This record gives sequence, C-alpha cells and structure tokens, in this order.
Amino acid sequence: MPSIDVQWTPRGFGQTARQDRWWVQPLLVFLGLSAFFVYANWAAFQGKNYFFGPYLSPFYSPELFGSSPHSWFGPKPGWWPAWWPFSPAHLILWAPGLFRVTCYYYRGAYYKSFWADPPSCAVGEPRQHYRGEHSFPLIMQNVHRYFLYIAVCFIGLLSYDVWKALWFPNPATGRESFGIGVGTLVLATNVVLLGGYTFGCHSMRHLVGGRKDRISESPVCQKAYDCSSCLNRSHMLWAWMSLVSVMFSDVYVRLCAMGVWTDWRIL
Amino acid sequence: MPSATFSIWRGDRESGGLKDYSTEVSEGMVVLDAVHKIQAEQANDLSLRWNCKAGKCGSCSAEINGLPKLMCMTRLNTLPLDRPVTVEPMRSFPPIKDLVTDVSWNFRVKQGIKKFKPRPPDAPDGTWRMAQQDIDRVQEFRKCIECFLCQDVCHVLREHHHFDGFAGPRYFVHIAALEMHPLDVEDRVEELKKAHGIGYCNITTCCRKVCPESITITENAIIPLKERVADHFYDPLSRLFRMFQSKKKEGTHAGTETAAQGRDSGSAGAR
Repeated sequence: MPSIDVQWTPRGFGQTARQDRWWVQPLLVFLGLSAFFVYANWAAFQGKNYFFGPYLSPFYSPELFGSSPHSWFGPKPGWWPAWWPFSPAHLILWAPGLFRVTCYYYRGAYYKSFWADPPSCAVGEPRQHYRGEHSFPLIMQNVHRYFLYIAVCFIGLLSYDVWKALWFPNPATGRESFGIGVGTLVLATNVVLLGGYTFGCHSMRHLVGGRKDRISESPVCQKAYDCSSCLNRSHMLWAWMSLVSVMFSDVYVRLCAMGVWTDWRIL
Repeated sequence: MPSATFSIWRGDRESGGLKDYSTEVSEGMVVLDAVHKIQAEQANDLSLRWNCKAGKCGSCSAEINGLPKLMCMTRLNTLPLDRPVTVEPMRSFPPIKDLVTDVSWNFRVKQGIKKFKPRPPDAPDGTWRMAQQDIDRVQEFRKCIECFLCQDVCHVLREHHHFDGFAGPRYFVHIAALEMHPLDVEDRVEELKKAHGIGYCNITTCCRKVCPESITITENAIIPLKERVADHFYDPLSRLFRMFQSKKKEGTHAGTETAAQGRDSGSAGAR
C-alpha cells in the first residue's frame, strides 16, 4: 500500500472547525445507552416481580430456572454459586446483550459516544494510537453472526411468550381462557420491534443472500435479501425502538406485578 | 446586496492559515461562486480546483465550516452568514497551494486493487448474460465521482494517517463494485483484510454522510465486505460449509468429467 510523505499537525480532542452542535447526537446516544445499561442491570439483579399472570418480562425469557410458573427446569439449581445473587435473567441476558454489543449500528454509535473514536465526524480524537477492529480485542466483533443465530431463537421464544400471554387463568375454575390484555399488546409489540431489528441485521442480510453475487439464481434468497434490506434501511430506528420496547415491557410487567399498574383486559 | 465574510485557507505545503475576505453575496449563490468572486476581485493568486459546477466532476472538494463538502453544491442559504464561513482544503491530504491538495495517493491505492476479471463468455459470440437485479446492486457504486470527501472525513486517514495499510471508503466502494459484480470471478477477500485493512474501519458512517452522490457506502459496500471477510477468516462454520461445498463440487466435477469422458469415448467408439 502506498504511503504519504507529509508532516501532520496532531489535532486535540474535540478540536474542529465545525460550527454546528456536533456533540448533541453522541451525547444523546451516550445517555440513552447508559440509561438502558443501568436499568437492564438493575432489573436483572432484582430476581422478582418479573412475571404477572401469563406475562413474562423479556429480560427473563426464557426462564430456564426460577420460581415462577414460566420456569422450564424448576427452581434455582443447586450448583448456583452462593456468593452470586440468583436471578433467572443472569442465565440468558448475555445473549441478546452481546448481540447488541456486536451489532454494526451500535458499534458505530458507541465507538463515537463512549470511546470518542471519533467523537463525531471531522472532530479531533483524544488518542493518537488506533487499531480499530483490525486486531484484538475489537477483532472479536466478527462473532456477531453467532449472536444473531441465538437472537433469532429468542424471537421464537418471545413469540411463544406472546402466545402464552393470550391465555388467562380463571381464578374461580383455574382453567385458562383466551383473552387479550394491554400486557399482551405490549409483549406483542416488543416481538415485532425486536423482529424488525433482528431480521434487518447486517449479518442477516449477508447470510440470507448478500453473500451471493448472482442472487437472481435463487428466488428464495432474493426475496429474503429484499425483505432484510428493506428492514436494514431503518436499522438504527429498529435498534432504538426495540431497545425502548424491551425496557418498557419489563417496566410494564414489573409494575403490574408490584400492583402499581392494573393490566386492563381488552378481550 | 448583503455581504458575507469567508475565511479561506491560504498557504502551501510548508505553512498556511486562514485569511478573511468580505464579499457581496446574492440569492442562489454557492460557496464556489463566492470563492470565484473573491478570486476575481481580491485574491487573483488564490488556487482552487473546479470544473463542472454541477456536483459531477468531484474537483471542488473542500472543508466548509469544518465539514467535507463540494463547494459547488453548498448553497450559501444553508450556511449561517452572520459569522465567517471557513473554507479549507481537505485535511487528510497534503496541501499543494491554498485549496488545492495532493490526492495522488488515492490513484496509487487504486493501482493496487485487483482488476475486473470476468468469467468465460456465456455465448459463442463472446458475450455474457446477466440478470438485471444482480447488476442493480453494484450500480449504486458506479455513481462515485471520486471527490475523495469520504477519504477526507474517514478518521482512520484523517486522524490516524494509516495511509500505508488502509485503502479508505472510496476504494471499498470500488472493491465492492468489482467483488459483487455478477460476472467477476476474482477473489479480493484476502487483500481486503491484509493489504487494504478493512478491519480498521469502525463503522462511523461519516463516509456515507458526506457522500455528495448519496452512495450508502457503509451499509451497502463496507459492511457487506466486512461480512465476506468474516466468512473467510472468522467463521469456522462458514469455512466448514465451504470445504464441503468445494468437495461436493470436486466430486460433481469429477463425475461430470468421467461421464463426459465416457460420452467422448462412447461417441469416439461410435465414430
């Protein structure tokens, strides 16, 4: 690769000739992601108030072990270390968390907002040394597609939660009957938004057809690629909407479980 | 007519700085018009590149109020004229004089990229057949006017000066146009990772934001190329799949060859 023989004057952190408020967007991203990170950790450590009737918070789904009726394999396992507070969320939350951490959109966003690498376009950076995703540790971001596979399974599991949220137990008879509550709609909206985010992921777009140069030879791949590309065009929007919806779904179930909010039945 | 002040960078490879010029401006003017007016009336020795004045030649790239833009496509009514408008050369490239920079590095990078290599012709008359939807995908990349604004704003070049190991967004677009072409059979994935340093890109999307042709550089060119690099180097499943596929192809190929030989010998026998 050719090089350039010239002396550059290093530019200091935040130094720029830009006259617009370039710092607003990275600041908003910083605040938004920080708020989600703090809330998600708080909610995951609670270990209670995560289900209400047929509803299960998406932070706790699938509940592999736990004390709720949604639990797959029974209560807290005996092998759980005594020094670590038990929460069903700790068993599963790493997967969607790492899917978002390695997501191309979030990478670009948090490199700017948290690392200032760069703080914004054409703005001076705090460090002179830079390795990017060319070497360890950020080269590990290439595992994104593996977290995508897990995320797709989560979409299936959360869809099943929505199905379960359509069946309300009758307190008198104990039998389940079909119904729709506000919580059902909240959980259903969450799955739609998470689906829009997951199926429009850049890795998904590549895997379903983008890797082919002659995609027209495979009409199924062509259709899947077109659908994924359509979602991908608003990937940032899906990313933020699904982030807010997953947090709101947990808030909704939690406040209903705590008796603060009443879950209104529509049907 | 109202007046506006332009702080224009004057200097050469050794030294330089901003110099203020006030000039009258009128409705419909772009930055290039104002700079030409200043050149005609106040600074005859001011150097700048320009040609088409229509955003198609990519010559008048500069940094206007700190953002890489084409001077001919930046209307004055989009800028705050109550304070001086700064006009500087592209910061990533060595200045030659005033607003003119030495962008020859870009052309040297292009020389190091593997050329288009089509598969053998599909028809006996030496022509090929392509599906429209396959070629549509790379059509966007051919809109590039080589203004190098994306190279200028890319912090890997601008701030970290990785000129010896990073091709830059312009050339990832060029490689994407070749690599995704339905006729091309050349493999550039290894070079993408090693010589062209695609791993340095950390997806800031600045290149896409400054592109005057609105090419979706990050999402349609760079990320798909990063995914191809991931297929090749970082995905064991994909590697395994490729291995089986190539074995299957070899088997099919060998089978086809045997069958062909059989057919040939059979036909030879018949003759």
